[in-house]
Amino acid sequence: MDLSLTDEHRMVQQMVRDFALKEVAPIIREFDRKQEMAPFILHRMADLGILGICIPVKYGGQGMDYLSLGLACEELEAVDSSLRVVMSVHTGLNSMGLLQWGTEEQKERYLIPQARGTRIGCFGLTEPGCGSDVAAIASTGKRHGDSYILNGEKMWISLATKADHALVVVRTNSNAPDPHRGLSAFLLELDTPGVQRGDIHGKLGVRAGSTGWLAFNDVRVHEGNRIGEEGEGFQIAMSCLDNGRYTVAAGATGLIRACLEASVRYARERKAFGRDIGKMQLVQQKIARMVQSYEVARLLYFKAGWLKNKGLRNSKETSLAKWFATDESFKAASEAIQVHGAYGYSDEYDVERYLRNSKGAVIYEGTSEIHQLIQAGYAFGYRVDSPMRCELPAYDAEFWQN
Amino acid sequence: MKIIACVKQVPDSAARVVVEDGQVTWGDAPLVINPWDEYAVETALVQTEEHGGDVIAISIGSETSKEALKHALAMGCSEAILISDPELDEIDSLTAAKILSAAIQKVGEVDLAFFGRQAIDGDMGVTAAQTARVLGWPAFTLVSTISELNPGSGTIRVERSIEEGRQVVEGKLPAVVSVVKDIGEPRYPSFMGIRKASRANIPTWTLADLNLGEFSVQVKWPDLINPPKREIKTEIVEGEGPEEVAEKLADKILEEKML
Repeated sequence: MDLSLTDEHRMVQQMVRDFALKEVAPIIREFDRKQEMAPFILHRMADLGILGICIPVKYGGQGMDYLSLGLACEELEAVDSSLRVVMSVHTGLNSMGLLQWGTEEQKERYLIPQARGTRIGCFGLTEPGCGSDVAAIASTGKRHGDSYILNGEKMWISLATKADHALVVVRTNSNAPDPHRGLSAFLLELDTPGVQRGDIHGKLGVRAGSTGWLAFNDVRVHEGNRIGEEGEGFQIAMSCLDNGRYTVAAGATGLIRACLEASVRYARERKAFGRDIGKMQLVQQKIARMVQSYEVARLLYFKAGWLKNKGLRNSKETSLAKWFATDESFKAASEAIQVHGAYGYSDEYDVERYLRNSKGAVIYEGTSEIHQLIQAGYAFGYRVDSPMRCELPAYDAEFWQN
Repeated sequence: MKIIACVKQVPDSAARVVVEDGQVTWGDAPLVINPWDEYAVETALVQTEEHGGDVIAISIGSETSKEALKHALAMGCSEAILISDPELDEIDSLTAAKILSAAIQKVGEVDLAFFGRQAIDGDMGVTAAQTARVLGWPAFTLVSTISELNPGSGTIRVERSIEEGRQVVEGKLPAVVSVVKDIGEPRYPSFMGIRKASRANIPTWTLADLNLGEFSVQVKWPDLINPPKREIKTEIVEGEGPEEVAEKLADKILEEKML
């Protein structure tokens, strides 16, 4: 067993860290206050290749492995969650879904421009009336000749107003005996007539990120844009979530690190009762807990990334990593504010933003409660991973880089 | 064109560098490529993008200096060479210049050698000029713009940023150029560059490979001391209204000979 990072991984980490610190850290408070995404973010991340980091070079990506994706997410969220959210939806939920399930022709048409970042992708699963209960999806796709007619609404969609494409899941068979089997996935171009979209403001956190809604009113999608077979929508959505959750887990690990670093820095400088507050045992306890959370969260996402590289199923490990890292990031951010005292309560320091940003990830891509059910399900044997028609391909350096 | 970018590995600019028991230490802070040298690599890469050719990064140092060279490779340099020798433990800038000159000559047919304005550890800022002197090439130091480069006619025109303003200088190639920040923001390493760098086999040249014998170091650091600790005393000036406070403050400032 070797847990050390390769030169390649360390350089990826450094490069993404430099970008986030030099270009985003200085402006993030301003955009968080304005509740706007800084306009340069997406094209800068595209130019630097970050958006296609783990996609094979032949599909327009950078040919790095899945662990590099995790490392990049850790670095991005250590500066702001909105950066990692881009990776979760554009890369994890959408592009990796296309890599896993798309036909060669679909990869040619959609994955290549997405991996290059000339086209942005988002993911439409959640609806106003259903989140955790995916089988309750109400949006429909009715077969009409060689097309489908989509109707319905998608809610809490990151990058809804920034993206060019959305990978959406709708109900194509309302009579399926198992409602999970009645769902199908489509790659929808968002300039198709009948698509409406908008932003949602007033969120607690990730205010410098773009979150919105999509509405479909008789939107015609050609069957060539169906991802996978009819009825495979649920499986596709779940496998996309295996990748999205991985990015969330890695990102939340970065958020814990940001809380830890900010707290150590502050506790070394701030004095009370004649000494640095870092010398106080109750402050030390908070720091120790953050160290523990960070190290464990890191090991969990490393393991999930390693399984992905090997082409092994990782739904259980990814769910565990996501549950642990997001819960711990919320606690770490709360304790970081406590270490900072009243200063931490104001946006003069970053830690209040960390707390607001951390809460979203405890809810999206599977609430912590859902992940606990998943883990218990595996432990009892109630939940067994059934093989999928298309698995996420194992990382093969030869194939990825040529 | 064949261009050399001279780079040095230094403690991170965020490191707290202190003297302990007469030795300089930066704790567990990482070693990085000298930030000024990133500008040199960037400028060298821009020239080869415009005029064709290769950039070769060279560094003097221990095995760990390969990290700085890998950074240069990941930015886009086509080759990197480390000069390392047990004799090179403590060298001054003139010795570094002599070694770099020998390496540049060994590479052969070099048109330009780029340097950052100075290294952030020693802060001497003279290695570029000394290298030019040893090579017998013109030195263009503190360059903020390469206005014209003509490999065909072997000429270069640059703008130098000096205290008095900007100075336009022309000269012939081959030449040594040291660059300042205004020359252009260094690029990040690309993912493809990172892969290339992580697999690169960086050759190590010793003094013997450069046909160099022993050096007598001219400049030594016989004693290293930390700057005195700054004592900060806070005093609040009080008075009846702002005028009295201002008056008392002014008296205080004069009394302390701050003005």
